Amino acid sequence: MNPPVATPFFFYLLAGTMLMGGILVITRRNAVHSALALIAALLAQAGLYLMLYAPFVAGVQIILYAGGIMVLFLFVIMLVNLERVQKERQFNKQWLVGIAAAGALGGLFITIYTKGKGIFLDRAMPSGLEAENTQKISVLLYGQYMFAFEIASLLLLVAIIGAVVMAKKRI
Amino acid sequence: MEALLHISTLHYMVLSAALFLLGVIGVLTRRNVVIVLMSIELILNAVNLNLVAFSHYWQGIQGPNALHGQVFAIFVITDAAAEAAVGLGILIAFFRNKETINVDEVNLLKW
Repeated sequence: MNPPVATPFFFYLLAGTMLMGGILVITRRNAVHSALALIAALLAQAGLYLMLYAPFVAGVQIILYAGGIMVLFLFVIMLVNLERVQKERQFNKQWLVGIAAAGALGGLFITIYTKGKGIFLDRAMPSGLEAENTQKISVLLYGQYMFAFEIASLLLLVAIIGAVVMAKKRI
Repeated sequence: MEALLHISTLHYMVLSAALFLLGVIGVLTRRNVVIVLMSIELILNAVNLNLVAFSHYWQGIQGPNALHGQVFAIFVITDAAAEAAVGLGILIAFFRNKETINVDEVNLLKW
């Protein structure tokens, strides 16, 4: 079986989009620009899910993340957007400590990478798995993960009530 | 060159680690609460990418029915939605009281 053509090209294209989006999210002065960069990164990630033969998760990513959560973000940015905030300094006083901590974490990642990259067997990635992907996920969700699924619905209920209570003027 | 052109699980892990680091830098250094919340979304997405990549790797070992990583990714997305809703609700309440959205001006509990 031949491997799919141009897979490395698409991987690097999508990975580059994601990394550029991430960098723009944490460096932009205007929060709306950050949100748009995050949307680009999330859509690129949906493409990576498709490359990993996970079409259901890709659809959920686009509908829920890029469609739902980011609209919520943009709505709140519109509510609280201040011209003044953009003129102030954007990074807090502890930014040096923050960068140092993140650098330590990056060093840990690099150490793990150099020491542990041999333990993965370089097996051929299976392909053609997208058939019946959604059915299989639903069988797992409503079978083995039934309890976790119900708890997730409870979590969403608590989140709805919490958000309304938090954002309400007087209770 | 061969290792760069043959996309394996390791590539996805490196990308996911890079995104995680970007998110951590954003959370630790930015002042704007909205951007801090967006950085948290970046971190959760890095974890999700890792989970789906491992799900794919695991399918090569266990057969096409081993989709536990993808199910977990869906739970993480649910969590992210709940977190975003509550976090933005807190942000609106905070903005109403203090007229600012900078994290380092949240110091009521500090003495």
